[in-house]
Amino acid sequence: MSAVQSPYANHAHADDPVVQALFARFGNHVFVEQSTYTGMPVLWLDREHLLEVLGFLRDMPEPFEMLFDLNAIDERLRSHRADLPPADFTVFYQLMSISRNRDIMLKVALSERDLEVPSIAGLYPNANWYEREVWDMFGIDFRGHPHLTRLLMPPTWNGHPLRKDYPARATEFDPYTLTVEGQDTEQEALRFDPESWGMKRKDENTDYMFLNLGPNHPSAHGAFRIVLQLDGEVVVDCVPDIGYHHRGAEKMAERQSWHSYIPYTDRIDYTGGVMNNLPYVMAVEKLAGIQVTDRAKTIRVMMAEMFRINSHLLFLGTYLQDLGAMTPVFFTFTDRQKAYEVIEGITGFRMHPAWYRIGGTAHDLPNGWDKLVQGFLDWMPKRLVEYERAMMENAVIRERTKQVAAFTTREALEWGVTGPNLRATGCDFDLRKKRPYSGYENFDFEVPLGANGDAFDRGQLRIDEMRQSLRIIQQCVDHMPAGDYKADHPLTTPPPREKMLQHIETLITHFLQVSWGPVLKPNESLSMTEATKGINSYYLTSDGNTMSYRTRIRTPSFPHLQQIPAVVRGALVPDLIAHLGSIDFVMADVDR
Amino acid sequence: MSWWTPQVEAIAFALFQALVILIAAVGAGALLTMVERRLLGLWQDRYGPNRVGPFGVLQILADMLKILFKEDWIPPFADRTFFVLAPAIAMASLLLSFMIIPITPSWGVADLHIGLLFFFAMAGINVYAVLFGGWSSGNKYALLGAMRASAQTLSYEVFMGLSLMGVVAMAGSFNMREIVAAQETIWFIVPQFFGFCTFLVAGIAVTHRHPFDQPEAEQELADGYHIEYSGMKWGMFFIGEYVGIVLVSALMVTLFLGGWHGPWLPPIVWFLLKTTVFVGFFVLLRAALPRPRYDAVMSFGWKICLPLTLINLLVTGALILVFSPAGG
Repeated sequence: MSAVQSPYANHAHADDPVVQALFARFGNHVFVEQSTYTGMPVLWLDREHLLEVLGFLRDMPEPFEMLFDLNAIDERLRSHRADLPPADFTVFYQLMSISRNRDIMLKVALSERDLEVPSIAGLYPNANWYEREVWDMFGIDFRGHPHLTRLLMPPTWNGHPLRKDYPARATEFDPYTLTVEGQDTEQEALRFDPESWGMKRKDENTDYMFLNLGPNHPSAHGAFRIVLQLDGEVVVDCVPDIGYHHRGAEKMAERQSWHSYIPYTDRIDYTGGVMNNLPYVMAVEKLAGIQVTDRAKTIRVMMAEMFRINSHLLFLGTYLQDLGAMTPVFFTFTDRQKAYEVIEGITGFRMHPAWYRIGGTAHDLPNGWDKLVQGFLDWMPKRLVEYERAMMENAVIRERTKQVAAFTTREALEWGVTGPNLRATGCDFDLRKKRPYSGYENFDFEVPLGANGDAFDRGQLRIDEMRQSLRIIQQCVDHMPAGDYKADHPLTTPPPREKMLQHIETLITHFLQVSWGPVLKPNESLSMTEATKGINSYYLTSDGNTMSYRTRIRTPSFPHLQQIPAVVRGALVPDLIAHLGSIDFVMADVDR
Repeated sequence: MSWWTPQVEAIAFALFQALVILIAAVGAGALLTMVERRLLGLWQDRYGPNRVGPFGVLQILADMLKILFKEDWIPPFADRTFFVLAPAIAMASLLLSFMIIPITPSWGVADLHIGLLFFFAMAGINVYAVLFGGWSSGNKYALLGAMRASAQTLSYEVFMGLSLMGVVAMAGSFNMREIVAAQETIWFIVPQFFGFCTFLVAGIAVTHRHPFDQPEAEQELADGYHIEYSGMKWGMFFIGEYVGIVLVSALMVTLFLGGWHGPWLPPIVWFLLKTTVFVGFFVLLRAALPRPRYDAVMSFGWKICLPLTLINLLVTGALILVFSPAGG
């Protein structure tokens, strides 16, 4: 556990072995260190050195196998930049090393007049979509990128939404109109052009069929489009197209107070409920310096695990339905209803409780909560056995999923795959164990692993994970700590209501925090959690204001979808459907 | 009343019979749309349609009204002639097959010598409905569905015929009434068990029912060959499918379960009872099974069912030769 860093460490990581190795190799004049609450070394460097440094990190002993995140920040309006290199825009690269269980972040400063960095898609294949997103959102050019086009916005869009000079509210635009001609233009712009993707329309013997699957298709799990190049029913190649569910969640964060943004996080992975609140409030608490009470931590864990089960049940039902079994989904929805009764009883809401608060939770647990939760804990195990016996042991299911859409740990890391999909390949990496947060270190549970990384393992693993979640919840019920559900801290938002009614000081704070919102000191923090679908992280930049200066949401589903072509080339259409069902994605988690 | 001769009376009665059976078949198909949804509901922890009329029986009426009043849309890119022809074939070919089924000793439309062969012919024509529908829609999903349908039906019709040859050999006739009569002592499901199994599989495949619904495969092809259909044309495909279920169930009863034979109860009750059990089985299959991959369905047909029917036919033939009187 030595690799686990205190989340409140704000020291420069000069003694970090990776930083030492970089200094030794390139000289320390190349880098500028930034001190943050991200819990990892943050190094600035010139774009001339970028490829070399990334290559070094990727190929060093115990390498940084995964490009965890890549995005940008518009720095032009940022007032607290202290000793940072001058920059109008910053592109940041967050790398993760599974073997070291460490991260590192590299930042490249760019001037407004010269918005260009070399593409790193050759080093890390999953950089492809991230770079397209950055180009789409900031207008930063990536030299040498194979296909730098818009990713989230429509191909006809003007402007780059995450720039600070781009309006955030609909009222700042002219009223929206769509004429018939406009609609035709938009539709025509979406027509798939194989040549622009380097695809051939025909070979010596074959005329390929280009099949447009989605954005409206029973198995696309939301507004997701994937264009297939078919030879008969064999998928020769395919191009996923996302952005149909884009709501600009990161932009919205820049005009909501730290507190009032919480409900937006619920809607990122909309099957994850309060699980989404967790990385966000933890990152805010780092900035605010709040230590959360044990009770609040345990309540948070319990509700997050409730939502993990809830999400996995939805996965299981739809996964089996994609394999042609129509009945299981009705059974898993019965179970989800039972889970929702518990969630509703405790939080007052069902899908999107937005129940965590900066410094704790919205309420304490209601009277009789333990019986309610226990009822669910007693109900679930026999149902899971039933699912295994009726479905996972079914010969047809096995034939449809065993050795279908399989990938190795190395391929998974290359593409930024995390969560159950990574563990299905046999890679033992669960943040709850490797970097415990919110008190997970106090729980007794196992991390289920797969072996083949195929569609079957991805399904079975989630059933096993539900069992472990039940175990965790049981421990919450048995050992719920006494104490406050909110931290005693001036930045806890809103402050405990009971106190507010007695102290004028707390009343004033309460009033300020719910009207203007809490003010956080300028700094950067990052918090990642093992969410339902993989690793979800919030990278917050505070400029000493009531609102976030930049909120970067790294979601697991985004790289999972980017990986699809690499997995299904050469497979049949039914295999593609089996793979889509086994990934467990929701489009809100991809597009944000 | 000199024109009311016994011949006229016979013709009138035959017409009446035919009409009743036709209406009953279509009615059963329509009723099945509701029954299936209720049964699925029962097995899936939910109610199914239970709002219209007692137990939801009037749901059929509501659905029919809805379908009738829907816009009869033909996509501009479709081939009109075949697009219109396809649903008519789908419904007519299977309805016509009811002609050969003897319901009770005295009821039945036609007593054909070639009985069984007529059904094969109609089942063969039924493929054109899917093919035409898929091809003329001008839609890639429909085309893929039609491709799957033709490949699947071809493979399964090969052994569907063979699976029944054992029955024909034992009864010594293609005539359905003679086949039923031959089961007076023992139902053919006992001596022809493998024939029964393979015909059951082929029967499901012919009606495109789950798990052989590859041509539709909602999760993959988003309803396949009838993706562009709406309103009454879609309704005809829909009813056609259910008529197919009733037909195959009735055939199964006639060929393997002794038709109307049975103790105590009148023949018509036995026939309906047995048929209902099979219809229920069709629905249960849909509720219980996942869908195998398309190529697995094909190889199952060619590698398991076809050899099984051949062996079955061979053994049946050998046994008949051994036990039949010499020179007979």
